[in-house]
Amino acid sequence: MNKDRIRRILGRIPIHVVVIGMCVIWLVPTMGLLVTSLRPFQAVNSSGWWTVLSKPTGAAEYEQYCAACHGPDGALLTNADLTDPNVVNKYPRSLQLLAMLRKEINGQPHMGDTPVPEAQAAADIAVYLKRISGIEAPPRFTIDNYIDAFVGYRATGTYREACATGQQSLDLNCNLRDLLNPRGMGRAFINSLIVTIPATILPILIAAFAGYAFSWLDFKGRQVLFAVLVGLQVVPLQMTLIPISRIYAQLGLNGQFLGVWLFHTGFGLPYAIYLMRNFLGSLPRELFEAAYLDGANHWTAFRRLVLPLAMPAIAALAIFQFLWVWNDLLVALVFLGGSNPVLTYQISNMVTSLGSGWQLLTAAAFISMALPVVVFFTFQRYFVRGLLAGSVKG
Amino acid sequence: MAQRVPQIMKQGRVVPWFYLAPAILLMSFFIVYPMINTIGLSLKNKDGTASAATTCKEGQSCWGVFENYHYALTAELDTTSAKTTWDSFWTSSYGNNIKWVVLMVSGTLVFGMLMAVLADRLKYQSLAKAVIFMPMAISFVGAGVIWKFVYAYGTTQVQVGLLNAIITKLGGEPVGWLQTIPINTIALIVVGIWIWTGFSMTILAAALRNVPDELLEAARIDGASEWRVFRQITIPLIMPTIIVVMTTMVINVLKLFDLVYVMTGGNYGTDVIANRMYTEMYANFNQGRGTAIAVVLIVLIIPFIYANIKRFLEQEAMR
Repeated sequence: MNKDRIRRILGRIPIHVVVIGMCVIWLVPTMGLLVTSLRPFQAVNSSGWWTVLSKPTGAAEYEQYCAACHGPDGALLTNADLTDPNVVNKYPRSLQLLAMLRKEINGQPHMGDTPVPEAQAAADIAVYLKRISGIEAPPRFTIDNYIDAFVGYRATGTYREACATGQQSLDLNCNLRDLLNPRGMGRAFINSLIVTIPATILPILIAAFAGYAFSWLDFKGRQVLFAVLVGLQVVPLQMTLIPISRIYAQLGLNGQFLGVWLFHTGFGLPYAIYLMRNFLGSLPRELFEAAYLDGANHWTAFRRLVLPLAMPAIAALAIFQFLWVWNDLLVALVFLGGSNPVLTYQISNMVTSLGSGWQLLTAAAFISMALPVVVFFTFQRYFVRGLLAGSVKG
Repeated sequence: MAQRVPQIMKQGRVVPWFYLAPAILLMSFFIVYPMINTIGLSLKNKDGTASAATTCKEGQSCWGVFENYHYALTAELDTTSAKTTWDSFWTSSYGNNIKWVVLMVSGTLVFGMLMAVLADRLKYQSLAKAVIFMPMAISFVGAGVIWKFVYAYGTTQVQVGLLNAIITKLGGEPVGWLQTIPINTIALIVVGIWIWTGFSMTILAAALRNVPDELLEAARIDGASEWRVFRQITIPLIMPTIIVVMTTMVINVLKLFDLVYVMTGGNYGTDVIANRMYTEMYANFNQGRGTAIAVVLIVLIIPFIYANIKRFLEQEAMR
């Protein structure tokens, strides 16, 4: 290696540090979400997600206070076997445990010369004793949170436990029907799909027609109309919500999928037409001339020429509109609400009503993110292309 | 102007309108008509049955038919003295939106540019860029949950939120990130930057790729430092793109609703215009005030609509 090369590599270290540092900052919050959604609920609220790979709660305290006499695995003293559930069951909490530790055994202090542990340490030890005696040994990872989120189970414990002991709430049946429980993410996922698929296809189809007219048909006011359309792209949703809610109330469309499909279509159109027109307008003119010389009319040209050639633009638009509708909260909140809850609505509801049920909230959030992230990484190329071709949307 | 349509393709005057009709009908019904209607409703009372002037209270200042605008613009202000007015402005939705615009636009631009420039020369650049871009794919609601967890305020025994865990580990007191003014608005803006940096990074990276290498090489040969080349050649060349990113960002920020709704509900002095409009309409059921706030919002956006159209017409002229 020559000096120049070493110097060049060293000189680039700061760049690596900045880039990797930024990536870590960008990734860590999402990792916290993923890890938390896979931890049992007991662990989620008693320790940070970053401790997931460290020793279980109370292990260190046990090591410090108890291991010397009871042995590292708790089974050393046969008359006080800490792996025996019957023994440990007498000391379920720090209160009972501390009382026992303060007692004398065979005329000697229980703890010998070691001071009795603090309340928090005793509580952790109690948790640890339950673990080694097998009374309550939650695994490191679990998919229970996902099951609970899917079926909409929101009480303490888990859905599987509740169903096994017959303590489930009245809205649950403990069979596959629970996947459609209106409070669950399973139902919300289906609702999101029902909203998103037509609300993606409709505007693209209509935009393809209009985009063709704007690029290859001649009519009065073409430029003016298109300039208006460019302006409409950035009109905020908020500007139209109230009048549309009033009309929907009269038509009985509030809470109906049809209302949301139409609204998303209307609002998706300006951007979709803009993108379509820019793409179709860049196709070579000779192509169309040749088609017409062969006797094609506009309709055949549209079907045989435009639709197949516009596939890249259609793909970009589809990704865009899909992500936009899937991730939308405001329209779902106003026009669907609780009657047909979608994922975003359900989660925002859980945030306000659950407060700190992080295990459910994180699992629910991950369920809602999974599909858009997969779609995004599969079609990243088209997404970026759409982003670069158009300007703003919303 | 736009490309000429070949002569041979001109087929009557009616045909184009068949292709345009569905789009024009839908856009008129869902965008144009409601805009006009919203302006009308903003001059009415809470259920649109009488003029807004009827909602005035005796003995208090009144803007007549514009009473809803009186409310929209001044209700959040505490006008006892100049100082309270100033202070209350900075926790009002307008003050907060200014903070959002300034910090969010500069934040996404700086981080986006940093990533676009630095990652460009690395072997793992596509991976790094995908990481930064990923938040663009998820919903604001999902991002809200992710970051609410980062900001979580735990109990005296344990901090499950990452930030407070770090702070207490270092011996500090836990912070109520989403409850403490003025940190909470900043905390929300950080989430916004986290989401949108990928957007500006992608657009800026594409613009940087179009900067001709010869120009940069020539400057380097003349002995200019990298920083100087960047500042005096690259930046001016990609300025149009920077402006596009900025205007897009400003519009996004003004319309921003979900994040605030999910993370704080607009409480603790974190309200923004878009969320306030929602609250007036769907929590207080006051159409007049809700629509007035919506009109204020579009008035703020109109300059950008104008800029968009102007830019479009310039592009067309160059084709």
